[in-house]
Amino acid sequence: MTKLLELQGVSKTYGKNTVALSEINFSVNEGEFVSVIGPSGAGKSTLLRCINRMIDSTSGEINFDGQAVQKLNKKALRQFRTKIGMIFQHYNLVDRLTVFENVLHGRLGYKSTLAGAFGFYTDEEKRQALELLSILGLESQVYKRCDQLSGGQKQRVGIARALVQKPKLLLCDEPIASLDPNASKVIMDYLQTICKSMGITVMVNLHQVDVALKYSDRVIGISKGEVVYQGDPRFMKEEEIHHIYGSEAGELIFNLSEESHYVG
Amino acid sequence: MLDNFFLRKRLKLSLLIVLILAITYGAILIAEYDIIKGFTSIPEAFVWGVQNFYPDANAFSRLPNILNKLIETVLISVASASTAAILAFLFAILGSHTTRINGFFASISRLFATLFRNIDVAVWSMILLFSFGQSALTGYFALFFVSFGFLTRAFTETIDEVSNDSVEALRATGASYISTITNAVVPSSAPQLISWLLFMIETNIRSATLVGILTGTGIGFLFDLYYKSLDYHSASLVVIMVVIAILALEALSNFIRRVIL
Repeated sequence: MTKLLELQGVSKTYGKNTVALSEINFSVNEGEFVSVIGPSGAGKSTLLRCINRMIDSTSGEINFDGQAVQKLNKKALRQFRTKIGMIFQHYNLVDRLTVFENVLHGRLGYKSTLAGAFGFYTDEEKRQALELLSILGLESQVYKRCDQLSGGQKQRVGIARALVQKPKLLLCDEPIASLDPNASKVIMDYLQTICKSMGITVMVNLHQVDVALKYSDRVIGISKGEVVYQGDPRFMKEEEIHHIYGSEAGELIFNLSEESHYVG
Repeated sequence: MLDNFFLRKRLKLSLLIVLILAITYGAILIAEYDIIKGFTSIPEAFVWGVQNFYPDANAFSRLPNILNKLIETVLISVASASTAAILAFLFAILGSHTTRINGFFASISRLFATLFRNIDVAVWSMILLFSFGQSALTGYFALFFVSFGFLTRAFTETIDEVSNDSVEALRATGASYISTITNAVVPSSAPQLISWLLFMIETNIRSATLVGILTGTGIGFLFDLYYKSLDYHSASLVVIMVVIAILALEALSNFIRRVIL
């Protein structure tokens, strides 16, 4: 398996003393489904945003698809970002525009400033957008304004916007944290399908340990800005989960033995 | 302990009230204002108004002239607010946390907005009188500067409020700065920006009357002229027409708001 993404000694500090990430090391293979879990404020969001440089890391090296991410200049950075789709907890759509327009926003990274500014899209791009919308079950919502959609539908628009970029990697920041259990399952199933059938690598921040264990090939546990666990979810032990969250046995809602019973 | 807390709160409040009363009394003493005379003159003023301040037949013969000046005033208010809005939008983009290019331009933008907003329209008129004399241009620029200051501030806050999330998403797709502005910031904030612009036009028409008195143009000039030549009937017609214009415009802008929001 080829490495798509590799982080070596990546740190991020705010000001002089606030450490958000310290010495993060891990790599992600092509086609892998990786979950990042950890308590709130552990640095999961910062980690994800350092990868596509929405936040600049302070030190360390990030390599993506053979490129040294931190050394990219402005133009190269735009090109690099087209290869990474991003999905957000609050969907981050332009609510007053239609589903169709929001999905096409995913193509803006490929456009010249002029074509992008006026929103000129080719027929091929429009066709792709419509195709993705029908795969995601939104064909009847194409011309609806996004503020008329439910949370789950909005997140599917977010996924379509990321996929129309033709990305190699999807970064998902708490994609189901604002959704009900039904919509959450739909979204996670789509992410799994995207990973397995389209071969797109998926990296997802999660609050729900059970979801992380059920869907991912690998789990990365983060606590206080450090990687404290990495491994196959099938062999994950309860103590390890408590170690990530700094809790004692029985203190979490989640319970591993019941969970494996229900998954199995 | 708990009783003490509420006691101290009550003491603080009483102290504040005493202080406000003392300041008011001091101000009355210095200004030599007679409270009783002030209140008793209200009915007198009202009687005077009823007797003199109403339009008569002679006043209505001046109506075409009044309407002409009123239209001029309304047009200057609209023109100053709209042109100020264009400039204010550019400054707001630079000043907003979401879309700013760097801290330097952001501070410049905020400084300009504060400066222009905090100088009153009457003060602007008097400053500009020296440069442009008694012309419509003076009134236009006075309204333009104040609108620019106010709208820059209002636009900056609107942009910050509505477009933060979608700007992040578009930056993450690799979209260029200009594309992000036109595809995310403009569509999310446009209705609120237009709403602020309408508000500014209404405010400008109100201020324009005052500015006109100072700069000797428009409807304010007419009012001043009639009033000083003791033609109270015509002056009252001017006031009535201004009120009608403001109410009509407010109704129109409320209608536009309902449609776009």
